[in-house]
Amino acid sequence: MLVGAAPFGVIFGTLAIAGGIPVWATLALSAVVFAGSSQFIAVSLISGGAALPVLWLTTFVVNLRHALYSATLLPYARHLPARWRWPLAFWLTDETFAVVENQLRHHVGERNGAWYWLGSSLAMYLNWQVWTVTGVLVGQSVPGLATLGLDFAMVATFAAIVAPQLRDRPVLLAALAAGGIALLARDLPYKLGLMLAASLGVIAGVVAERRIRQGRAG
Amino acid sequence: MNGDLVLALAGMVVVTYGIRLSFLVFGHRLSFPPWLESALRYVPAAVLTALIVPMALAPQGSIDLSLGNAYLPGTVVAAGIAFITRHTLGAILGGFVVYGLWRWLI
Repeated sequence: MLVGAAPFGVIFGTLAIAGGIPVWATLALSAVVFAGSSQFIAVSLISGGAALPVLWLTTFVVNLRHALYSATLLPYARHLPARWRWPLAFWLTDETFAVVENQLRHHVGERNGAWYWLGSSLAMYLNWQVWTVTGVLVGQSVPGLATLGLDFAMVATFAAIVAPQLRDRPVLLAALAAGGIALLARDLPYKLGLMLAASLGVIAGVVAERRIRQGRAG
Repeated sequence: MNGDLVLALAGMVVVTYGIRLSFLVFGHRLSFPPWLESALRYVPAAVLTALIVPMALAPQGSIDLSLGNAYLPGTVVAAGIAFITRHTLGAILGGFVVYGLWRWLI
């Protein structure tokens, strides 16, 4: 997990600098937002001149899955005092959730469960900061990275993340709908086309999933 | 610019931290609706594809399917490698190589 996050941290730092995001804001995104995919999307939206409400709403939609993690881990945190739950919630990410949920499910009721959770969170957090700084240094030491086509690296990164999910039929339909609408609505101001495309894509996926389930039942 | 950025980041922190706090800190007053859980499955693919497609097909603003658009072959190769091998880093590098060669040759 720690190794798996490394290339994304480096790519994030490099892309943010190449995209014209100041160093302090790049480091702050990793330090206080600490949510990989929404950080990438924020770089793309901020350098593309998106309106703040669009940025915030996209962040909300993209990170809403953390509410599911928050709900899943609640049984293991119920007995903890607030001074534990507030910081543990801050560090809740995909990776931490995957590791901690797996550990706590198999070792229910062990007294050091919270320490395991805290340790995993801190390791993941420090790891992400180190690789972001590395990426920032790479971005700064190679001037003119943007003209080298580093903006393409963003497209390639997103494509590499999405493509394996497209084996699932409803996900494929969601992606096709979102991509098509995004292309048609690309001239809408403040990146509003992104919101429109993402919403209709999600609806397409949910509808497709229901139809497939009904088809199997009938 | 800096003031806007501070505001942009502050909003992202509030939104993201609020979501993470939701159940862990305020859990006894909330419940997670099943329809939302099924909708969440489609969010990453929908958002990321909505970002990719206009950049790959219309990098300069208008749709460009000509040989001069190196984004398109690069994106197709990156997606293809990831689809077949599920190897994210290999897909990014493969896409980048095709993109670079394309721009250099054409």
